[in-house]
Amino acid sequence: MDRHMIIAELKGVTKRYGAIVALRDADLQIRPGELLALLGPNGAGKTTAVKLLLRLLKPTSGEVHVIERERIGAMLQVAKVPETLRVREHIHLFSSYYPAPLPLKDVIAAAGLAALENRLFGELSGGQKQRVLFALAICGNPELLFLDEPTAGLDAEARRVLWTHIRSFVAGGGSVLLTTHYLEEADALADRILVINRGRMIAEGTPTQLKARSASKKIRCETRLDAAALEAIDGVSGVARDNHRFEILTSSPETVLRELLARDQTISGLEVASSSLEEAFLSITETDNAATEVLR
Amino acid sequence: MTFNRLARIYALESKYEFLKLMRLPIYVIFTLTFPVMFYVFFGLLMGRDAPPGRISMATYLLGTYGTFGIIGVALFGFGVGIAVERGLGWLQLKRASPMPPMAYLCSRLVVCALFSAMLLTVLFTIGITFGNVRMPLGQWALLSLTLIAGTIPFCTMGLAIGNLANPNSAPAVINVLYLPMAFCSGLWIPLQFLPDFLRHLAPFFPAYHLSQIALRVMHAPAEGSILTHWEALAGFTILFTGIAWLGNRREQEKMYG
Repeated sequence: MDRHMIIAELKGVTKRYGAIVALRDADLQIRPGELLALLGPNGAGKTTAVKLLLRLLKPTSGEVHVIERERIGAMLQVAKVPETLRVREHIHLFSSYYPAPLPLKDVIAAAGLAALENRLFGELSGGQKQRVLFALAICGNPELLFLDEPTAGLDAEARRVLWTHIRSFVAGGGSVLLTTHYLEEADALADRILVINRGRMIAEGTPTQLKARSASKKIRCETRLDAAALEAIDGVSGVARDNHRFEILTSSPETVLRELLARDQTISGLEVASSSLEEAFLSITETDNAATEVLR
Repeated sequence: MTFNRLARIYALESKYEFLKLMRLPIYVIFTLTFPVMFYVFFGLLMGRDAPPGRISMATYLLGTYGTFGIIGVALFGFGVGIAVERGLGWLQLKRASPMPPMAYLCSRLVVCALFSAMLLTVLFTIGITFGNVRMPLGQWALLSLTLIAGTIPFCTMGLAIGNLANPNSAPAVINVLYLPMAFCSGLWIPLQFLPDFLRHLAPFFPAYHLSQIALRVMHAPAEGSILTHWEALAGFTILFTGIAWLGNRREQEKMYG
């Protein structure tokens, strides 16, 4: 790949905090105009990766390359923002840090804050507060945006509103690194997903590629067989029960179906479906966790 | 970065730091109202008939409560403000932006000086009007400048606390250090009225040295020379800056997320 096409990069980065290894030999590249989602469970090392790229942390080993601060905006997890300043004042101050900030009016519009400019930060709802933080991230007219769990703790409606604003930023040509533990969010927004677990990057691809990669299918049916008997079938990786119906996870549906039909003549309500990104993700991280256990 | 743009950042940072604190009732009450209330109570209502030396209690205590007041402005502004913003992620967001790092500290120094000037104006007006305190104009000006410059060691003390204390305990930590230090340094009751062992302890507190300078400027009875006291304050400033620096380093090491 053309090196000039990368605007931020972690190259073989390891970050330790004392005995804890937060990031292990991690590689990550952000290309212009893409939204890269860093997807992983809590404590996987997502925030550490963002802080390294923002140069708030130094890597224990490895290289960090990123464009200069004036061209970057960031939305971090902030437990408390000064509450006695108005929305407009917060944006005014942050804009002054950048050489060519967006006009206040544009920032207000791009973050959906119209009619809230004169409110004190402390008077806002959770979703509105996150949109102010988003406004602070974009007010400097950055090329690259870091969004660390931007919708954590928001309800579905507030989340969707913020998604709209993130999409418009990308549509305007900006690049984004978004961390999230919501699969739905990565699926809805990302051009590319990097799955992180226990400090290691364990999978990468478009949402579609990741779904295909796990290649697992779900077989739903009603059967006389019990869960133990179903699990004993070759190729079954998981069984779940939902009332009378069973859900069988497998990466070789044909073999499992043949066996199933042979063992139970009364089988009914048969359905075969592709698994969701969520299941793909779970299967990737679980395989990784199991592999780590074996290594110990 | 051009000079104009840099100057603008410093100015805006100071302006909004000032507005932020001005709209915070708890800060205004703690730092502006309490010293004034104490001065009225101890200096004007109670101290009518016990003048130490040749000057009135109202004059003497104007110097010590002025010192008490500006120390509160510095400790709470720096200590609590920084502990909360550092501990709860706001400072980190600012450090991720292209904000010049010194703008953050300088704006706090400027705002600390502003609040100190406001407090001294109120305190001096009350002293002149109700306490019949009289000094030449030049002496008033020198006293004000002395006390405002004297906030610097306490700003570094606040910075050290802000860098070490967690956001919830910072106000308690400050009160536990501030109030006993004020008492033992003779800011509430003149040193002459304190037990001997406290009088010997006083030089170990920076508040003692600043109050003695203020009293000297007012030609009130004081111990030691102005120069020695400034040297002591410079020493404390270096010490607190060192502690603040260590606290900041520790923070960088343990930051995890």
